[in-house]
Amino acid sequence: MSTLIIRATGRRLSPRPTLRETVSQTFSMAWRALKKMLRNPEQFFDVVVQPLLFTAMFTYIFGGAIAGNVKSYLPTIITGILAQTSLTACMATGTQLREDMEKGVFDRFRSLPMARIAPLAGPMAADLLRYGIAATLTIITGTLMGYRPGGGVPGVAAGWTLVVVAGWSLSWIFAWLGTVLRTAQAVQGVGMMIMFPLTFLSNAFVPAATLPGWLQAFVKVNPVSLVITAIRDLMNDGALTANVGWALLGCGAVVAIFAPLAVLSYGRRSSAG
Amino acid sequence: MNLIHTIARPTAGVATAGSPPEVDLAVEATGLVKRFGDVTAVDGIDLAVRTGEVFGVLGPNGAGKTTMLRMLATLLPIDAGRACVFGVDVASQPHQIRQLVGVTGQYASVDENLTAAENLWLFGRLLGLPSKAAKARARDLLARFGLEDAADRQIKKFSGGMRRRLDLAASLISRPPLIFLDEPTTGLDPRTRMQMWDTIRDLIRDGATVLLTTQYLDEADQLADRVAVIDRGRKVAEGTPEELKTSVGNSTLYVRLTDTDRTGEAAALAQRILGEAPALTPEAGGMSIALPDPNRAGDVLIALRTADIGISTAAVRQPTLDEVFLAITGHHADHTTDIEDPR
Repeated sequence: MSTLIIRATGRRLSPRPTLRETVSQTFSMAWRALKKMLRNPEQFFDVVVQPLLFTAMFTYIFGGAIAGNVKSYLPTIITGILAQTSLTACMATGTQLREDMEKGVFDRFRSLPMARIAPLAGPMAADLLRYGIAATLTIITGTLMGYRPGGGVPGVAAGWTLVVVAGWSLSWIFAWLGTVLRTAQAVQGVGMMIMFPLTFLSNAFVPAATLPGWLQAFVKVNPVSLVITAIRDLMNDGALTANVGWALLGCGAVVAIFAPLAVLSYGRRSSAG
Repeated sequence: MNLIHTIARPTAGVATAGSPPEVDLAVEATGLVKRFGDVTAVDGIDLAVRTGEVFGVLGPNGAGKTTMLRMLATLLPIDAGRACVFGVDVASQPHQIRQLVGVTGQYASVDENLTAAENLWLFGRLLGLPSKAAKARARDLLARFGLEDAADRQIKKFSGGMRRRLDLAASLISRPPLIFLDEPTTGLDPRTRMQMWDTIRDLIRDGATVLLTTQYLDEADQLADRVAVIDRGRKVAEGTPEELKTSVGNSTLYVRLTDTDRTGEAAALAQRILGEAPALTPEAGGMSIALPDPNRAGDVLIALRTADIGISTAAVRQPTLDEVFLAITGHHADHTTDIEDPR
C-alpha cells in the first residue's frame, strides 16, 4: 500500500516522510533549538568558560613540568583542550536532549507525521554553533598566550573544522544515551564515565611516550588520541596526513552506528516507525 | 491483520456498543490492552466512534483513559488488541495515523521557550506548510482562539487556560478529521472551563470527529453525543449522557434543617411527596432526596415551608461521577485525591 486515500475524509496519506520533508523538518527543529539557546544563554556557559579556564589553568600548571616551559607546551595542550572541550560540549548535547524529551512538547512532535530523526538531528545541528564557539575561543586563548601554530591560517581552519566535525559525530553517542537512559542526570553520569578516561587516557595533555607500556597501548587505540593527532598534524604542521583520514573515518563510523541506534530507540518509545 | 485476541466483555449498564457495519467508523478498537509491568492500565477495551460524533470517555484518575488515547494516537505501543482510525491500522501504519489525528494532551504540549506565534509556525512547518502559509495559519488560529494579544509572548508567561487553548490550536493546524482531547478542562477554573467548552463546541460545529476523555460527568453531558465509562482499564458502560444520568437518577435535592430534631418529620414529608425515603444525616440535620424530576424540588420546599420547618441550606445538584460509578460498578471511583464534596 503506497498511497492511501481515506474514504471518510478524502485525504491522501503519505506512507513515510520523504527526504525533502526530513531535511526541512530537521532545519525547523534546528531553528527551535537555536531560539532556545539564544533565550537561555546559560547554555553557552560550558563552551565559553571551559576553553578560557582550562586552557589557562592547564598550560600554566603543567607547562613547565611537561614541556620545560609554557610556550613549548602550547602546541600540545591547545590541541588537547580542543578535543576535550568538544567532548564536554557533546555530553551537554545528550543531557539537554534528555531534558527536552521530558517536556510536553515532545509529545506533540511524536504525534506529528514527521521524520523520527528530525527531533534528534535538529538540535544536534544547532549545537554545531556551540562546538564552533568552543573551538574558536580555545584557539584565541592559546594565541593570546603565545601559541603560533605552524600550519598557519589554513592549518588552523582545517583543525577547527575537524574539531567541529568530531564533536558533532561523537555527540550521536550521547544523543543515543539520551534516548536510552531515563534521566538527564544519568546521561551526565554515564557521559562523565566515558569522557574522563577517554580524554585523560589519551595524548591530550602528555606525550604518550612518558606513560607505562600497558597504558600506552590503550592511549594508542583511544579514538580521542587519533583525533588529537590529526588536529596536531593539521594545525601544528599544516600537513594533511593519513591520521586525518583515519579520524574522519572514525567519526563517520560513530555516526553510522549511533545515529540509527538513537533514532530507533527514540521511535521505540512510541509506536514503531 | 492478525487479531491477537478479542475479549467479549459484558457491557453492564445502559446500552451496548452495537454499531451497524454500514456506519463509517472514525475509531474502531477491539480488545485494546496496555500493561506497565504488573499493572494492566488498559484491559481489553472495545471502542467504536462514528465519524462526525463527539465521543466521551468518562472515568476517574487512573482508569486508563489517557493510556488508551495515547495508544490510539501512536504515542504508546499497543500490547494487544487492534485499533483502526478511519480504517487505517494504528500499530502498522503510525505515520498515516499521525496525518489523521490532532492530539491535545492533558499537559499542554507546546514549547515553553517559544512564543505562541512561533509555536504554531514551527508545528505548521513540521506539518509541511511553507513558511508564509504557516505564518498565516498561525495568525488565523491565534485570532480564532482569542490569543492575538499574546502572540508574541513566551509560553512561560501563559496562564493554564491560555496554554490549553494554544495546545488545542496547535492540534488543528493540519485540520485533522479526528481530534483527541485528553481532559481538556482538568485543573481549569470554572470560567476558563466554560470558555474551553465554547471553543470545543465550535470545533464540533465544524464537523470534526472528537474523542474526548474527562473526569467530569457534566463535561461529558455538555459535549458528548455518546459516552463510555471506563473503570480500572475496562469499559463498564456505554450510552448517551442522558441514558447514563437516568440510570443514576437525575438530580438530588439536599436540604439542611435549622432544627435537627425535626429531621424525621421532614423526611416523612418528603417521602409522602416523592414516594421515596430520603437519605439522612440526622446529626447535621441534613437530608438528600433523589428527584425523579428537578421540578419536584419546589414541591418539597413548599411542603417544608407550609409545615414551618426551617432550612439553612437547600441545593439541587447533578449526580457526580462518583454516584454514576457507584450505580454502575457498585464501588466508588478511586479518587487519588478526594475533590468532590456534596455540600
